[in-house]
Amino acid sequence: MSEPADLVVVGAGPAGMAATAAALAGGLRVVLVDSGTALGGQYWRHPPEHARAAVRTDDLHHGLRAYRALCRVLTAHRAAGRLDLRLEHHAWSAVREGDGFAVHVVDRRAAPRETAGVLRTPRLLVATGAYDRQLPFPGWDLPGVLTAGGLQALLKGGGVAAGTRVALGGTGPFLLPVAAGLAARGVEVVAVCEAAHPSAWLRRPGPLLRNPAKWAEGAGYAAALARHRVPVYPRTAIVAAEGGERLTSVRIASLTPDGRPRPGTERRVEVDTVGVGWGFAPQLDLLVPLGCALADSADGNAVAAVDAGQRTTVPGLYTAGETCGVGGAALAVNEGRLAAQSVLTDSAAGAGHGGMNGRLAAVRSAVARQRAFARAMPLAHPIPPAWSSWLTDETVVCRCEEVTAGAVRTARADGAHDHRQVKQLTRAGMGWCQGRMCGPAVHCLTARERAYEPAERLVATPVTLGALADLDEGTPPRTTTTPQAPTTTEAPPTPQAPTTSPAPTVNGATDKECS
Amino acid sequence: MSEIVVDGDPLPFVEGQTVAAALVAAGRVAWRTTRVGRRPRGVFCGIGVCFDCLVAVDGTGGQRACLVPARPGMTVTTREDDDE
Repeated sequence: MSEPADLVVVGAGPAGMAATAAALAGGLRVVLVDSGTALGGQYWRHPPEHARAAVRTDDLHHGLRAYRALCRVLTAHRAAGRLDLRLEHHAWSAVREGDGFAVHVVDRRAAPRETAGVLRTPRLLVATGAYDRQLPFPGWDLPGVLTAGGLQALLKGGGVAAGTRVALGGTGPFLLPVAAGLAARGVEVVAVCEAAHPSAWLRRPGPLLRNPAKWAEGAGYAAALARHRVPVYPRTAIVAAEGGERLTSVRIASLTPDGRPRPGTERRVEVDTVGVGWGFAPQLDLLVPLGCALADSADGNAVAAVDAGQRTTVPGLYTAGETCGVGGAALAVNEGRLAAQSVLTDSAAGAGHGGMNGRLAAVRSAVARQRAFARAMPLAHPIPPAWSSWLTDETVVCRCEEVTAGAVRTARADGAHDHRQVKQLTRAGMGWCQGRMCGPAVHCLTARERAYEPAERLVATPVTLGALADLDEGTPPRTTTTPQAPTTTEAPPTPQAPTTSPAPTVNGATDKECS
Repeated sequence: MSEIVVDGDPLPFVEGQTVAAALVAAGRVAWRTTRVGRRPRGVFCGIGVCFDCLVAVDGTGGQRACLVPARPGMTVTTREDDDE
């Protein structure tokens, strides 16, 4: 591609892929950036193209037909030179620049070597998705305890089933495909502990009835779990993990309606692996520093505020998928389409091109229906109000800085009333992950009446100072700084000569609040 | 099957797997200890968010094992206090 891009899309999951395909169909030139080795994001996570014969994961996926259709469209446009696909490129910052944006990326195709670059674009679409929301419990930092999404990523991305006897816990329908996937690979899933009760859906059947695809998907997983004899325990939680150097057992308890362990119901179950997840936290790291307004979501997260066309409050900045409210892949695809349509409408380059023609009304109607389902989800699968009753004072809350629940409680007693103040007093959220893991929990422990707004992280992913020093600022604002061959099968990157010393790294420690 | 070298020992991997996936496939769940409590850590989030799985790759520290694709002959060093 030798002409400037009309649009940069960050994130090649369902929303980013659909948005890119729709923008390309409308005649735009697009750069699609993703940190992964394949198209698909988390939901459609795949091994890299060249490895798919060795690592078979197709049977673990839902909605593969849509994924493949999007892949075909993107591949065709890439071959035609209209799509510049940058896999294994990490976007670590996006800033306003003139009337457009400068997206700072590091090319990690030859990791650990990093090559910094800047993508300049008049319009930016952020589709960075979400990650598992975590609630700490005693022993959750033992090796062998993973996020539910982590188990899924190992399985879908690398064909690796972690563990032989696994318990899953938390809340939300995502636990079901993880359990089904593990069982399909021969793992003994001894318990799926769902903190909510299915009857919560019966109290609000409307959204479920209006989204038969969701119902069918859930029924499919339920059938798979029944076939593998995987027990699902409603209103039950993993309240502790135990072991020495690694996990050897969990304690499972029935919960009262507010989420306290019912006295006398706790039992010990031997497992070697646990997966936990309490819904998802949207990945807002690029959006927050750009200044886009946030809105409260029913699941307790702050999310990017968007209009009916997925425009944020920052001109030229769009977002789609979980960043504007966790709602699943089907909604993300449709939001991606709407966002692309807005980009086309707002761009001189796209004027006159009806990227979606007559389908726009149908997409809008589907989005309305799917959002109603997304709003019902946290009502049926809330975080149990009394979850913190599982914590002991010794329970680690911040995994990076090893800050305990006792220290957080002391900070609260000393007057800290949100996760930012707790961070200043205890260092919780100041380590490598910059509060991505403990932030929602520390927030719940201090200010649960408000939605969780993540800290502003000026650096979204660590980047070496060496890579930044080598950045050629003279690079013209084209999309040709590091072209990749327009082929469907990525050649494995050439290994680079090893560097001799660890490179100094900028991580989120430049976070405004702790500098 | 190809191999990476972890702390001097060969470790097989299937093309397409990350360093973390290769370690987990070999039954490893922990390969780092924390700075304060000397607690063992391995892979937790699996998608590059939590930084629990840090290793040195070809001499460069602070690499998330769950993100770095394994390549034949790659040297991986797990060491204590990687988070310093």
